[in-house]
Amino acid sequence: MSLRQHTSQEFEMELESVRQRILDMGRHVDQVLESAGKALLEHDTELGNRIIAGDQETDSMELEIDHLCLQILARRQPVAGDLRLLTSALKLVVDLERIGDLGVSIAGRVVELGSEPPLTPYEDLMRMLTTAREMLTEALAALQSQDVASASRVIDKDEVVDAYYTQIFNDVLSRMRESPENIFRATRVQAISKYVERIGDHATNVAERVIFILTGEDIRHAARMRRSDFS
Amino acid sequence: MESSSSSSTSNQAPAPALSGVSLHPAASIPAKKAAPAVTPKVQIRTLSFFYGKYQALYDVDMDIHDRQITAFIGPSGCGKSTLLRTLNRIYELYPGQRATGKIMIGGRNLLERADDVNLLRAKVGMVFQKATPFPMSVQDNISFGVHLYERLSRSDMDARVQWALEKAALWDEVKDKLRQDGTALSGGQQQRLCIARAVAVKPDVLLLDEPASALDPISTQKIEQLITELKKDYTIVIVTHNMQQAARVSDYTAFMYLGRLVEFGDTNKLFTKPAQSQTEEYITGRFG
Repeated sequence: MSLRQHTSQEFEMELESVRQRILDMGRHVDQVLESAGKALLEHDTELGNRIIAGDQETDSMELEIDHLCLQILARRQPVAGDLRLLTSALKLVVDLERIGDLGVSIAGRVVELGSEPPLTPYEDLMRMLTTAREMLTEALAALQSQDVASASRVIDKDEVVDAYYTQIFNDVLSRMRESPENIFRATRVQAISKYVERIGDHATNVAERVIFILTGEDIRHAARMRRSDFS
Repeated sequence: MESSSSSSTSNQAPAPALSGVSLHPAASIPAKKAAPAVTPKVQIRTLSFFYGKYQALYDVDMDIHDRQITAFIGPSGCGKSTLLRTLNRIYELYPGQRATGKIMIGGRNLLERADDVNLLRAKVGMVFQKATPFPMSVQDNISFGVHLYERLSRSDMDARVQWALEKAALWDEVKDKLRQDGTALSGGQQQRLCIARAVAVKPDVLLLDEPASALDPISTQKIEQLITELKKDYTIVIVTHNMQQAARVSDYTAFMYLGRLVEFGDTNKLFTKPAQSQTEEYITGRFG
């Protein structure tokens, strides 16, 4: 629902600041993922190390948003949509921080791989990463544009990421069976694909929280809860 | 008027299982519990109210649930206090004021003039914004109202006074001051004395009109704790400008605006996910 502004302009600005900081943090972790993908494709261990060294920035953004939300909760006692935004922000930043960490983990595996040639071209892995990044950016864009339908579509995309993971997992498994020499590279590729699969899960969480902020509907675990309702 | 419901069944389809390796084992999540059933103590139907020619309430429909706390909120002039004042016909003290529609309690329409208004006000007690102890002893403040409706022996009256003061969480503080003037108590104690006075005649419904608005935070907490305790025995309706107070103490909340009931429903839902944008705008401080 479209609402008029708060009587208190300061309160309005505080809430807008929370929204903007979430979007900034989302853009930042997406840049981490983009850099991690680039480092993987180009065997760029220097870039990988820079990504690892830059993790503190993500952590600082998380802490700043946390503190801001706590201050607003203590001072304003928000309700309804404002309460949903702030409590969800406290959870959203955990997902964003974890996405940042997973980007750093990808960089860690890139550094380990060094200049080793890929077992197979990284095409599927890069497509998987691109899909997961799209999920993140689209979920945050839905928060900005207050578009519930867009956020819902993000959740559907997680199946694509999961399918890529299954495919890559089975592929590296067969590569490892082919030759023990492949195991070092195969386990790194498997780990990276697992990180990206988790990024998809966190982006799904972001989308679910955006839907909760916008509508008040908590759709987390919806399918599983519905099954247990009838059990 | 929008009546909120607590239904939250999702329509989302279950996620299809992945082919190949099983990577996402489902966790077990407990099923939801159904909300307890509630029965209406007061049924308000098409209630309108007029101050002379000025209409202050428009066709209000609402069920006030038995032994639950219902809060009326809304900006000044929205009609929340007017609505409260209809529930024991206290408006009749002022000429030119009238109500139409029905307010049903125990199968009777209390707006019918044939009903004994004094008996009604014993059954539907009221506590006002400003504490109004009588200029008499603590004991007499309680027994005065009881004398109007019941003939009790001295020992029975003493027992009733103690019972009412205990109900109002005031006994321990005044048991040694029963002969002292009620107006000498602190503001918070005076307000609890007024609640004890209302409780002493054993009402079914307690109407509280901004009962803590003039009190300090600790006295306010005591009143709120008391209201929560009294819910076990009484149906309570509270008017408050303090939305946090409504959120803290009430089970149901009614949001009123310009004499109309905009939204009525479960307090938890109304303060987290109101159905009406007007409600959301008011409770989040966008107007009012």
